[in-house]
Amino acid sequence: MAVLTEEQSLLRDAARTWTQEKSSVSAFRNMRDAALPLGYDPATFAEMAAMGWCGVIIPEEYGGSGFGYLGLGLILEETGRTLTASPLLATALAAASALVLGGSEAQKRRWLPGIATGDLVATLAVDEGAHHAPRKVALAAGRNGEGWRLDGAKAFVLEGMAAEVFVVSARTSGQSGDEGGITLFLVAADAQGLIRQSLKLADSRGAANLAFEGVEVGPDAMLGEVDAGWPLLDQILDRARAGLAAEMLGTAVQAFETTLDYLKVRVQFGQVIGAFQALQHRAAAMFTDLELARSCVEAALIAIDESSPDTAELVSLAKAKMGETLHRVSNEMVQMHGGIGMTDAHDAGLYLKRARAAETAFGGQAFHRDRYARLQGY
Amino acid sequence: MPDHPAADPEAFRAEARAWLAANFPASLKGRGGVMMAEGGLPSEPDIRAWTRAMADKGWGVPTWPRAYGGGGLAPAQAKVLQQEMSAAGAWSPIGGMGVMMLGPTLLEYGAEAQKQRHIPPIARGEARWCQGFSEPGAGSDLASLQTRCEDAGDHWLVNGQKIWTSGAQWADWCFCLVRTDQARKHEGISFLLIDMRSGGVETRPIRLISGNSPFCETFFTDVKVPKDNLVGPLGGGWTIAKRLLQHERGGLAGAGRGGLTAEPVSDLAKGYLDLDDAGRIADSDLRARIAGHEMDLMAFQLTAARSMRESRSNSGPSAATSIMKNAGARVAQDRAELTLEIMGNQGLGWEGEGFTRDELAAVRGWLGGKAFSIYGGSAEVQDSIIAKRILGLPDPLGQSR
Repeated sequence: MAVLTEEQSLLRDAARTWTQEKSSVSAFRNMRDAALPLGYDPATFAEMAAMGWCGVIIPEEYGGSGFGYLGLGLILEETGRTLTASPLLATALAAASALVLGGSEAQKRRWLPGIATGDLVATLAVDEGAHHAPRKVALAAGRNGEGWRLDGAKAFVLEGMAAEVFVVSARTSGQSGDEGGITLFLVAADAQGLIRQSLKLADSRGAANLAFEGVEVGPDAMLGEVDAGWPLLDQILDRARAGLAAEMLGTAVQAFETTLDYLKVRVQFGQVIGAFQALQHRAAAMFTDLELARSCVEAALIAIDESSPDTAELVSLAKAKMGETLHRVSNEMVQMHGGIGMTDAHDAGLYLKRARAAETAFGGQAFHRDRYARLQGY
Repeated sequence: MPDHPAADPEAFRAEARAWLAANFPASLKGRGGVMMAEGGLPSEPDIRAWTRAMADKGWGVPTWPRAYGGGGLAPAQAKVLQQEMSAAGAWSPIGGMGVMMLGPTLLEYGAEAQKQRHIPPIARGEARWCQGFSEPGAGSDLASLQTRCEDAGDHWLVNGQKIWTSGAQWADWCFCLVRTDQARKHEGISFLLIDMRSGGVETRPIRLISGNSPFCETFFTDVKVPKDNLVGPLGGGWTIAKRLLQHERGGLAGAGRGGLTAEPVSDLAKGYLDLDDAGRIADSDLRARIAGHEMDLMAFQLTAARSMRESRSNSGPSAATSIMKNAGARVAQDRAELTLEIMGNQGLGWEGEGFTRDELAAVRGWLGGKAFSIYGGSAEVQDSIIAKRILGLPDPLGQSR
């Protein structure tokens, strides 16, 4: 755990108390069983918003508190522990970052206050295929009078059914795969020609595929510069990745602690199974990985807050190490619980499913290893 | 309390930089890792001068009190010194087990006379110490040690055998765990300082797979030791040893890191491997593993820094500290394996022509580094310690230690 300021400690303690009392894993299970259409309970999200969590990275002048990414990361770590389903990451971190980093004054004034109160849900629509590949943008944006016309598709958009606004990466020149020629747009979900298809994912969280069929937007929909959206997109994605890594840290820590508790009570061969060295050493290895991953996640969040020049490397490090660690811990959670871990009644499966979805979102281990190597010049 | 006047670490930075510029010989730049690994510094005039300068300044042991020859720096200043030394390619010529293990232990548990006698020579790099802990029958189960120490009236009489005593053939002194009570396992152990020039002390170097002999067998036959050389109470050696092992593990994690500050393996790889048109390593499997390793290394370094910050702000070791030895050993060993793989056939040289000095050193380093996960508590012992002390799992052997 990083050395925290008083404000950060208060934020974390509030998040811990609230998730444990109001948003336990059983709340997530109830949400899943009720098959809520958005993949989260709006009443739960409203409570989170009421605590100010949607405004943590938004400057005070736009209705936020400006507590920074480490602050929001601490909240996400706690919500990750109990698998709390909400669009907090998508809207209050990813989309808010897009506007804070790339928005004009008018765009910020128009969108950020709503995001900060939680009344408006926004999200990123970036990927177009089965893998995170933010340069692979084929969705075309052509000039249309003063404004633009968008044609193409976006896949696996987090909270895609809940969002009222999308931050969409589009191609205004060049080929899919090029960094040049990417432009970002803000597109309202109710725009004519925008069709969304709800996806039912293993982790029960909300996601959608989007089709853009001649979607017309005005000139004020463009976020940042034409053709030069890549560096902005990369920075926005790094914020989303670091925030997701923080959520994954909480998920992994809880998966580990739940498993450790089980090792201390499950009796076989006349002793608790936690007395067996084969399991002890695996538990120690998981603990070791968690400590290493925590350092990476905290370093990435702090780097963002401090605008450090090595932010991109640290974010890829955090996402990759956290992905590796959560992968291992979630698998071990099932294995160490044995048969009970295979049952739907037990929480292990919920953690396992969430682990894979979170690993994949915004780039898995292979993506970030490759990116880290590129950033280091090899 | 630090007794250095410059309380502001950033003000201290300028002072440290200027002093290093004036005193660190350019001929020694970046040679620290290589020379320290060879067990004893060569007698070059520049090395002698540098050692003397560091000894006079007390910066070989920057946080130890000035009264005992240390630098008297606050931890934040010591960190700045470390950064400035690293930036200048400078390295401390004062090290070894006296600095890493015995000094901190004596400062905590030693009698005043013991501190005054033994700490200043360690701080000046003049006294070489070895560690007499392991025995042929007491490795991971250290507390089963059998070296006997009997009260012979005006002195102690020591008989027994130690093994893996690093540098015993060169050491002036040995800090030793001895059995003063046969009936009690842990409470029968005492902590004794033995002059290696005493009659009845014999050392035999052990040749290792690396070809080097950094370790010895050490035999004590009717060795007379003054009564004053007992550290702490009779039968209180185990408590002191556990504390000392914490220093050892902390130091070993640091030592692993020291070996890791050299050139990134990705740079090395560019010299040995084919690159694609974009200048990237063409072998995608190896490239991914190199990146994976560099990330592990970065994670380890970030954790080392975090554990220091937290230990300072909590004024006690952070949970992250417990993982450092194993994590450091693993990263260092992975690095050695990867280095050899990158070098290919050039990474198989044992000695002689056809290989660079770095290639030969890589082979010896790879073999020598296999000890990282064995000494100072094996990787398995460390995992058991984490399981028991941090995770609260029961001892599989039903012991309370």
